[in-house]
Amino acid sequence: MTIKKNSAEKVYYTVIYGVITLFSILCLTPFWLMVTGSLTKESSILKNGYQFFPDQWSLAAYNMIFHSQRILKSYLVTVEVTVLGTVISMLLTCMLAYALSVRGLKYTKYISMFVFFTMLFSGGMVPWYILITRYLHLQNTILALMLPYAVSPFWMFLMRNYFRGIPDSIMESARIDGANDVFILFRIMLPLSLPSIATIGLFYGLMYWNDWYLSLMFIEKEGLFPLQFLLRSLVSNLMNVAASLNPKMSVMQEIPAYSVRMSTAIITIGPIILLYPFVQRYFVKGLTVGSIKG
Amino acid sequence: MKRDTFLSEVSRHKFIYLLALPGIVFFLVFSYLPMFGIVIAFKDFQMGKGILGSPWNGFKNFEFFFSSGDAWKVTRNTIFLNSMFIVFITFFQVFFAILLNEVRNSLFKRITQSIMFLPYFMSWIIVSVIVMGFLGSDTGAVNKALNSLGHEGIAWFSSPKLWPAILVVLNAWKWSGYGVIIFLATIVGFDISFYEAAIIDGAGKLQQIFHITLPLLKPTIIILTILAVGKIFYGDVGLIYGIIGDNAMLFSTTDVIDTYVLRALRTSADLGMSTAIGLWQSVMGFILVLISNKLANKYENEGALF
Repeated sequence: MTIKKNSAEKVYYTVIYGVITLFSILCLTPFWLMVTGSLTKESSILKNGYQFFPDQWSLAAYNMIFHSQRILKSYLVTVEVTVLGTVISMLLTCMLAYALSVRGLKYTKYISMFVFFTMLFSGGMVPWYILITRYLHLQNTILALMLPYAVSPFWMFLMRNYFRGIPDSIMESARIDGANDVFILFRIMLPLSLPSIATIGLFYGLMYWNDWYLSLMFIEKEGLFPLQFLLRSLVSNLMNVAASLNPKMSVMQEIPAYSVRMSTAIITIGPIILLYPFVQRYFVKGLTVGSIKG
Repeated sequence: MKRDTFLSEVSRHKFIYLLALPGIVFFLVFSYLPMFGIVIAFKDFQMGKGILGSPWNGFKNFEFFFSSGDAWKVTRNTIFLNSMFIVFITFFQVFFAILLNEVRNSLFKRITQSIMFLPYFMSWIIVSVIVMGFLGSDTGAVNKALNSLGHEGIAWFSSPKLWPAILVVLNAWKWSGYGVIIFLATIVGFDISFYEAAIIDGAGKLQQIFHITLPLLKPTIIILTILAVGKIFYGDVGLIYGIIGDNAMLFSTTDVIDTYVLRALRTSADLGMSTAIGLWQSVMGFILVLISNKLANKYENEGALF
């Protein structure tokens, strides 16, 4: 009896561990193909396609992109947009969230409704586009890659809820000591909510790092292409764009275009993969708090 | 005593309102100003003349869109693809959350959960690079493997019928780990005494899953599904434009409202009509969000967003 039960349990757990392992491997397979694809000799890719176990290895693709002014430029654009964008977003988000978290104000409710309505209804893509290009004239400026995303209502409300969770007595005593609300926000509330700030800041940072929609919409100047957008043009127009990455090298030899596409993808996700072990828990926290009550 | 006017309220709490001001201005400019642009939907819009200068043309833009046949096609694609995504993604998320919950080895659990969550961090452009790696017509790994087995390669990028399934797979890959975290957090919160009682009654592992875990998960699944249905009129531009792009051969099954408008905008074909389409989407989306939210509230108090 007990033997039978044990063996049934063994099968049960084998299946479970097996299925999870299989799915995890499937989740990793694309990354593996990107890595090997970036390290395969171009002639081998042209002959045998992208391979999980390449027959000929080469560093040519990395050699090319590490000497490419265009890649460097795009990397700097992406870093600048991510850092500056996140700072702007966090500032505006925290300031508004704090204001809406203070109790007993006459207009808080209306401001909340004003913000919340934007989650339900929008004027659509075309008027938004016309506003930004024809009236604000942001096209082909670095601001076009940040300002349209500056405050996410969802994260703003989440931040407001965090602030509301901080005991009122702390603010009250600060007010009695004569502190104004700007001081309370930056010197008292923010230091008290560092984990939440890290969480929301990381979500903003990921959004800016991964964005290509705003550059698709508003950027035509090559010098302002973020990495994701450059990568997109490596997908849609491989040969020409690959050649443009390093004009000097292209004249001299054959361009390893297919492996360059993969190596560019690798350096685009590189920082995310490197930071992932350290920041994962903040994202998990954001998801579990955010989804249960938004 | 001072009268309780707007000015007295604002001046009394001037620092608080000052802190809120930049955020308010942001929403005013980037969300509310475009709403006035809706008038473009009722105009024969010409860039040179601007919004106010362009002549009115009543409901012509809507008539044109709805009589072109595109209206039905993109609306159907949007709803069909989103329905597929909701069904399959939810299935995978719940399935793996339950499996992971059974795992006792915490190191194994932590590592596999991290691996499943990783695709969430990839942009759709990275996914499109991956798609080229697997399915690319010239160097894709799948066709090369088929060739080496003596089969003809598949013309992925000219076979629209295959793409709903491919998009579902990509979406499942990207979002499974994300949902696993949410559902696992819900499962961990369940009262353990249910399980203890079941074990005493002799319930096996599978019985516990089907008679305790799933029924307890049902409210969360239903609420998340209702809320997802509320957004069913909004296509995922990132997924679809990022991967299909301007490949007209695949439009019959993959073109959604958002990509249709985006393309109209990029080719600046007819901005009046694309605004009309956007308005059709916003209004339908708005109605659906309200309905779904009512349903969520009805189903469970506090279950809704608002």
